[in-house]
Amino acid sequence: MADPLATPQQTTSKKSMPVWVIFIAVVTLLGFLIFLVLGLMSSRQQSLTLGSRIDDFTITTFDGKDVSLGSLRGKTILVNFWASWCTTCIDEAPILEEAWQKIEPAGQVVFIGVDYADTQPAARVFLQKYSIDYMNGSDLGLSLSQQFHITGVPETYLISSDGTLNAIKIGPFSSIDELLTFLDQKSGN
Amino acid sequence: MIANLGFGFLFIAFLISLYAIGTAIYGLCAKSHAFLESARIATIVIFPLVTLSVLSLLGLMLTGQFEYTYVFRVISQDMPLILKITALWGGQAGSLLFWVWLLAGVTAASFLWGKQKQLKALVPWAVIITMTTLAFFLFMVLFLENPFERIWLFANGQVVSSFIQPAGSFVVIPPAGFGLNPLLRNTGMVLHPPMLYLGFVTFLVPFAYAAASLITGEVSGDWMRLTRGWTLAGWIFLSAGLVLGSRWSYDVLGWGGYWSWDPVEIAALMPWLTATAFLHSAIVEERRDLFKLWNYVLVMLTFCLVILGAFLTRSGVLSSVHAFSGSSIGPVFFILIGLIFVTSLGLLLWRWNSLTASGELHSIFSRESLFLFNNILFVCLFLICLTGVLFPILSEVFTGQQVTVGAQWYKSTTGPLFALLLLLMGIVPLSVWGASSAKRLGNELWKPAVVSLLIPTGLLLAGIRSWGAVLALWLAGLVILVLFYDFWRTVSAWRSAMHEPLLASGFRLLLGNHRRYGGLLVHLGVVLMAVGIVGIEFFQTQTQVTIQQGSSFSFHGDTLHFDGLTTPGTTDDHEITSAVLTVDAGNGKTFSLAPCVDNYTAQAQSVTVPGVWSTPAGDLYIVLVDWQSSATTSATIRVYYNPLIDWLWIGAVVLILGGLFAFWPAKSVQERGQPT
Amino acid sequence: MNLNHPFSRKIFLLVIAVSIAIEGMAILVYTVKAQTQLTPSDDQVNAVASQLYCPVCENITLDVCTTPACVQWREMIREQLAQGATPAQIKAYFVQQYGLRVLTLPPPAGFNWVLYLLPPVIFLAALLLTVRFIRAHRGNGQNTPGSSGIDGGQNG
Repeated sequence: MADPLATPQQTTSKKSMPVWVIFIAVVTLLGFLIFLVLGLMSSRQQSLTLGSRIDDFTITTFDGKDVSLGSLRGKTILVNFWASWCTTCIDEAPILEEAWQKIEPAGQVVFIGVDYADTQPAARVFLQKYSIDYMNGSDLGLSLSQQFHITGVPETYLISSDGTLNAIKIGPFSSIDELLTFLDQKSGN
Repeated sequence: MIANLGFGFLFIAFLISLYAIGTAIYGLCAKSHAFLESARIATIVIFPLVTLSVLSLLGLMLTGQFEYTYVFRVISQDMPLILKITALWGGQAGSLLFWVWLLAGVTAASFLWGKQKQLKALVPWAVIITMTTLAFFLFMVLFLENPFERIWLFANGQVVSSFIQPAGSFVVIPPAGFGLNPLLRNTGMVLHPPMLYLGFVTFLVPFAYAAASLITGEVSGDWMRLTRGWTLAGWIFLSAGLVLGSRWSYDVLGWGGYWSWDPVEIAALMPWLTATAFLHSAIVEERRDLFKLWNYVLVMLTFCLVILGAFLTRSGVLSSVHAFSGSSIGPVFFILIGLIFVTSLGLLLWRWNSLTASGELHSIFSRESLFLFNNILFVCLFLICLTGVLFPILSEVFTGQQVTVGAQWYKSTTGPLFALLLLLMGIVPLSVWGASSAKRLGNELWKPAVVSLLIPTGLLLAGIRSWGAVLALWLAGLVILVLFYDFWRTVSAWRSAMHEPLLASGFRLLLGNHRRYGGLLVHLGVVLMAVGIVGIEFFQTQTQVTIQQGSSFSFHGDTLHFDGLTTPGTTDDHEITSAVLTVDAGNGKTFSLAPCVDNYTAQAQSVTVPGVWSTPAGDLYIVLVDWQSSATTSATIRVYYNPLIDWLWIGAVVLILGGLFAFWPAKSVQERGQPT
Repeated sequence: MNLNHPFSRKIFLLVIAVSIAIEGMAILVYTVKAQTQLTPSDDQVNAVASQLYCPVCENITLDVCTTPACVQWREMIREQLAQGATPAQIKAYFVQQYGLRVLTLPPPAGFNWVLYLLPPVIFLAALLLTVRFIRAHRGNGQNTPGSSGIDGGQNG
């Protein structure tokens, strides 16, 4: 049976623990734990919640025009993130363009293509190759992709006419029907 | 069926872990030995149950049951048997189960073979702590990252992974699996993760006993002496794991380096730093009864960092090539961290007063003092690493700005501290315990110090102008000289006292004090590694050229001739393109190297495998970057020359051997009493 | 010069033709020479690329990254070098396009000062605490009250 060996509490030098040490230690630990929580929360924001308001953003198109989300209020907006080096975006491009041709005349929907982490020459080649008509711009500073918390390309976001997020599509659309169904989705779906 | 069994065994193990916690608490309250013993046995019983669960998963993997999500993700039929087994830790769920298995094994061993008779008062608390940790991990595997989940298909095409069949879904059995990430398909995968995880989980044992001793107030330090074997074992495994990862990176990833200061790598390095500090600091507590609080802090901090590292790697908080993709275990992991950190700090603050050591520091030049500097340096290194790892997260949380902290920052901030550690390694063997002075230390040191000055002189004369390299190599030389000088003096003294031949004295001395000479062998290993690191960090040269088939270019005194491209070993799933180069080293020696690119078509990912020619003086390291085989055959080749890099690996082997030697139990009481 | 004279006209035309030919050759030679001068080598590209991280891969520098996107980016660096951009300008362009993440070290501005100041602060704090510890444990067994003794490692 183990007996605690003879090293009793040192009564000779009974230092009282300085309060400031406890304070700093506890505050540091609490701060560290809170910081971990914040870090965890920000990394777990895997996608925006449906129905949430989309903050205004401005994108400069490849034609040099500045377009802001606010200026398009009243229309349904489809934001599609793509890149010229993304193989599945190639599959999706003709579908998006075909849908755009169908939808544009009615004037209710706007397509915005956001070129993610790409080079301008390659992007222009891509747009030309697939005869993309709708407006496209580069995601400068990768700020838009951060705002939408994208996890890769392609991803498509549907913003309703009052500026809230209606639907999210991760990955490419496999058919034009799928895309048209997506466009019909309302908030809360 | 097998999957249900596997899950079932694991679930029972989880229940038993809760049972162990409960009975241990009850046994403590009711002071019942029967309950305490039952708790202890429960911890041992958990291991065979988890083993059965692991074997179930392995069974599913080896027989290619692709309806199971995990099997589908990491197994494909073309993988060789050994890789299929290593795929157990190839994905998040499986590697968590593997972690649980190792944790269960280590805790079972510690309660089976540990010195529980001497530690009897601490065992119940150690049971509670280890079983709580294990319960958390079991919970995560059972309910959040379940490797036994199956793939279910709904009529609308939606695919779901779950353990229990969702209503309205159908069974789907994919004909083939996706397969292990190509980057993981090599021998490094066999040893690196197991060694690393073993290192991590082994540190739970000293942590549990340290905490137990704080709870019970038995702070005599016995727990430290008796769990020392576990700490050293953990340190050896962790060192091996880190080195294997480094070697794997060098051998296979084709970027010409061995350590990229990636956040996940650093997360594994941090506990190693505090564990190393602890192993040193523990010596001082034994000899001079100092640093008691230091040692508690270091031991508990080591395990805290193990859990923190696992959390950062697996929860998706860190962005890294190593990190597992986003997962739901973050919050639960965070609760475990909170529990462990708060308990550690709470216990330390509670028992602060009784952790006053009785010893004194008589001189700033005494060995104790040098060990104090050692502790400080390691803690500074750890804090710097922590800053670098957490800063990107800090930046994003407080400013929304995403930033990267790259290798250069780490090298600049840790380099000087590592150099100071080298200096300490050179001084400490010649220092003495107790009262000392600058004069006395200087007296011991001046002979090897003067001889060591030959090194920087020689280097400067040879035209080397990089002051960092000169300084580092000088310190490395100093350490080696001091090691051999000290050994020589002791052997000589021994020999003249014992009237023995030199060799016999040497051997007897070595074998008579495993701890000391194991430790010094580890230092020798470290110094050799330092030499290798200096070589590659300060003197690496590289070039990249595009050449036609049949032409040559010269690099570092060698002529490299591009013979052509080949496609060895191409199968349906992957195509290997290799560039064959004949190297003429100029002194008549020629050899052939074939760097290749292994393109896995299914995963659309390729692995760049370098062609390497190793000599002790340096490595010629060739990577195939790109190629054209249309009209004319040409290849883009990047060549590195990495001077002295072999010494990094040689030193690592010496380090591990030194650790094993130190670990080897002393044969007699007399030996155990040998001074360190 | 009287261009109405047939002989003069021919001479005139000949001189013009030769001038144009010489100009043309000069331009051709200059362009060829300029191109061979202006196409940066792989080593020059890699020297800049190694100071940048791939914008989309995790923690891989742009010179060793093997993805098609990275190949594009290296070609972009080559073009910019050919146009005379300095490495600093190229890095600034990448930051503008892809954010601060691509730099191997965030610039010392605003919050990032923490990263630059913490290491020396840590080291100095450690030194200070060491001195306190030594003073606290020195002497003949008498510990001065109120001395904390130990380090920064107790932050859990």
